[in-house]
Amino acid sequence: MKYYDKLIFELSRPGRTGFSLPAAEGGMPVGGKLWRGSAPELPEVSEPDVVRHYTNLSQMNFGVDTGFYPLGSCTMKYNPKLNEEIAAMPGFTGQHPLQPKESTEGSRAVFEELDKALAAITGMKRFTFRPCAGAHGELTGLMLMKEYHLGRGDLARTKVIVPDSAHGTNPASAACCGYEIVVVKSKADGLVDVEDLKPLLGPDIAGIMMTNPNTLGLFEKDIKEIAELVHGCGGLLYYDGANMNPLLGVARPGDMGFDILHLNLHKTFSTPHGGGGPGSGPVGVSERVLPYLDIPHVSGFHGNFTVMLRALAYILMLGRENIRMAGRLATLNANYVKESLKDCYRLPIPSVCKHEFVFDGLLEPNGTTTLDVAKRLLDYGFHAPTIYFPLLFHQAIMIEPTETESPETLDAFIEVMRKIAEEARTDPGLLHSAPRTAPVGRPDETRAARQPILKYEA
Amino acid sequence: MSKIVDGLLYSESHEWVKVDGNVAIVGISDYAQSELGDITYVDMPEPDDEFKAGDDFGAVESVKTSGEIIAPVSGKVVACNTELAEHPELINEDAYSAWIVKIEMSDRSELDSLLNASAYAKLLG
Amino acid sequence: MGTFCYFPHTEEDIARMLERIGVKSLDDLYSDVPADFIYKGEYDLPSAMSEQEVRDHFARLASMNRKLKVFVGQGAYDHCTPSAIPYLTSRSEFLTAYTPYQCEISQGTLRYIFEWQTMICRLTGLDCSNASMYDGPTAAAEAMRMCVACTRKRNTVLLSAGLLPHVIATVRSYAKYEGTQIIVSDDLAGGISAHASDLAGVIVPSIDRDGIIRDLEGLAEQVHAAGALLVEYCDPSALGVLKTPAEWGADIAVGDGQPLGIPLNFGGPYVGFMACRKDYMRKLPGRIVGQTEDAAGRRCFVLTLQAREQHIRREKATSNICSNQSLMALWCTIYLSLMGPEGLRRVNGLCWERSHYLHDELLKTGLFDEVHEGEFLKEFVLKPHIPAERLMHALLDAGYFAALPTAEGNVSFCVTEKHGKDEIDGLVKTVRELAR
Repeated sequence: MKYYDKLIFELSRPGRTGFSLPAAEGGMPVGGKLWRGSAPELPEVSEPDVVRHYTNLSQMNFGVDTGFYPLGSCTMKYNPKLNEEIAAMPGFTGQHPLQPKESTEGSRAVFEELDKALAAITGMKRFTFRPCAGAHGELTGLMLMKEYHLGRGDLARTKVIVPDSAHGTNPASAACCGYEIVVVKSKADGLVDVEDLKPLLGPDIAGIMMTNPNTLGLFEKDIKEIAELVHGCGGLLYYDGANMNPLLGVARPGDMGFDILHLNLHKTFSTPHGGGGPGSGPVGVSERVLPYLDIPHVSGFHGNFTVMLRALAYILMLGRENIRMAGRLATLNANYVKESLKDCYRLPIPSVCKHEFVFDGLLEPNGTTTLDVAKRLLDYGFHAPTIYFPLLFHQAIMIEPTETESPETLDAFIEVMRKIAEEARTDPGLLHSAPRTAPVGRPDETRAARQPILKYEA
Repeated sequence: MSKIVDGLLYSESHEWVKVDGNVAIVGISDYAQSELGDITYVDMPEPDDEFKAGDDFGAVESVKTSGEIIAPVSGKVVACNTELAEHPELINEDAYSAWIVKIEMSDRSELDSLLNASAYAKLLG
Repeated sequence: MGTFCYFPHTEEDIARMLERIGVKSLDDLYSDVPADFIYKGEYDLPSAMSEQEVRDHFARLASMNRKLKVFVGQGAYDHCTPSAIPYLTSRSEFLTAYTPYQCEISQGTLRYIFEWQTMICRLTGLDCSNASMYDGPTAAAEAMRMCVACTRKRNTVLLSAGLLPHVIATVRSYAKYEGTQIIVSDDLAGGISAHASDLAGVIVPSIDRDGIIRDLEGLAEQVHAAGALLVEYCDPSALGVLKTPAEWGADIAVGDGQPLGIPLNFGGPYVGFMACRKDYMRKLPGRIVGQTEDAAGRRCFVLTLQAREQHIRREKATSNICSNQSLMALWCTIYLSLMGPEGLRRVNGLCWERSHYLHDELLKTGLFDEVHEGEFLKEFVLKPHIPAERLMHALLDAGYFAALPTAEGNVSFCVTEKHGKDEIDGLVKTVRELAR
């Protein structure tokens, strides 16, 4: 990657244009109280300027197609190219969201097919596709939890239980839904402490949010008992689908007693992350929540439709045969990396993991930190794992390889991780000063936050 | 070693309190600022806001984390240190001169449950 | 194995890896999952298809959709998309990247978001913008929450009845579960004085659901006198020519970026934008990119002000949002770069003259009555003499999506630069024939 320092505004020259439109005849009023005083200061650039500028920007980016991206909890699997072709078909992209039903039969069939497939894969009854991301799915799911209790005239349930290992979005989503958060602790083995859970349950509990496998990559094997306890007190079970990938083709949350679930199509179902979006977070429900499914109106129209096209294309490629291997190979890859590095990195919980696992820093850090390890990985051409999450471990390094990585890629990563462990012992400066091969070095984040510069000013 | 100043009172959530008549002057301890790292912003209450002891009434933010400020005593905010809006780093430089709020206490007996310097030193271990 | 194109593992690979791990089979890796939960049945899914079969399948589904000339807006506008945009946004370095957590190898994403933030500020006239939201309606809902957060202890938000229905529905949903009171009214002045003591914010459209450009003179003063915030919901394309939210005195501007060249996509993905005055910067939800330097003094960009966000504040965060609609923000950023001030002016000029042409030609048919007198830019409603539903369905059969019935029994039209005079004449001719 090379450093390219321009912003599009700096290429601007008055009078230069990058559009191709017929001339307007000039009927539109100029001036008057409804019209702006002066034109917005947008760049004035030609089309070749624009293409070269954004191509140069792209070359300062790392993507799944560039290299290995072991970002824990993000499921950076390969994004099939067929999906892009399908998502760009004019027969789909030209459809207006308010067109009458008889003109959108094909698009509605996409929803029906995807709904049926996701129900088969998860064991839920039906899905709503309005949520545009995982966190948005959580919010929708909690709205449904509230509707369910309201529908039964049960107004006393004001609290939602969240494990201490949960993604930060869980408590934030529950709070956005007006719920009070109650935290349940994890045991030393990383699993929800059922004994700690029991006294929390009561007539004020709306439900529990679980990630299974949890953020440590461990299957919550007491889930059956947890489901019985929570249902027993009148609460519902919410499944955070961020970690669904190891269960893809292996097990179904619906069978475990979950009532509401969101999926991240951009994780488990191979749609590209797009540098932060668009994603899609469909929410599925069990029989008892079904009557409420269509009540929350959480986004403008029908959700991110072209993301759904991609996910359905992926499912059709997998089919009922290949899906059986998806989760299993993801789990195989994670355990392979874990077993190959546990003599260099501290493995706080040694049991078999699912699609991801967490190290708590180097065994011999020698003054280096997890941040240093992450930055040094960039020098070797790998994206860093998720770091400093989950919060249970101070030097957390969370690694998720996904099933689309070959053993050769994993071996190369393992070799580099071992080399970095060795460098930490012998030449820790290499870690402190990393990255040195990236377009820029570590930025001054304190300065960025103390004196925020959030827009370009010439 | 974190600095602890004699004559101040401390809470278990790492606020310090200096008593000035019926007013409690509140900041965060040197230990708290060193745990947070470079402080980038202080989210403060407004004058006349009322709090009970134990309420969180603001936050001290650094790049990667945020610490809530817990009211050590109940009462009404009578002043905020507006200098911190432009210069949050003052807390890093000297946590005990960079006060955050002044609270007019509604129940002075709450002071009894705070720690003195030696008890706070013991808490930090 | 080795028979599925997305999975690299051979039988030998799997055997070697299992040996390193110290288990005998892949299923042994699931020994911690209770046996009842391992799914033993056959998944109720189609059998695996080849690429060509999948392509054919979707081509068939796409052919079941009717290809129509679109003359309706109502929150989704059929503008032209310059070909450089899909070309650039499909570059895998943009497409297959995650949120820019490792800033040193994400400068591409961070730079275009910084450019987006700058452009949104210049379109709205406001001081700061976030990295984008899911869509316009959710941005309006987040603005509603932001009003409540900024005014503290106040819990009522007034919505203009002129907002698009899907915006009102989304804001209502967000408010319902959090316990914020939403009042929808045509009488803003009355609403403001009736709820003044609890009023956190007022949300008004720049262009209302009937296409009329709203005159907001004096509104900001009334809202601010009540101690509340003014939010303006805008079409960013129209902001190329219309008075800005800052000029009207708004505190927050939100809207959907879709009119900036994003295809209709049957409703998504689109992208929401959100900008505010700097007083409220710390309450702005979502991701924000800021400029700084590395140790060598090189200009670089990072995600900043993160201590507001859910991964740090958890239940105390301003919002639960933890992503943005990054690629669609890039889409709009490239669009605005190509258009520039003159291109955006020309798009609006073409919309203005073509929509007025259709409006006048429809009135000439004698089959419609005028409903409003205000100025419009590209969207308008008329009162039809024939039943609205019948008109829309008849036009549909002739290959047009036009004359969408509104709640009041009017029909809504929209004309963009995409459709020329010939196509408009064709639509009018069809309308005339229907009446016969």
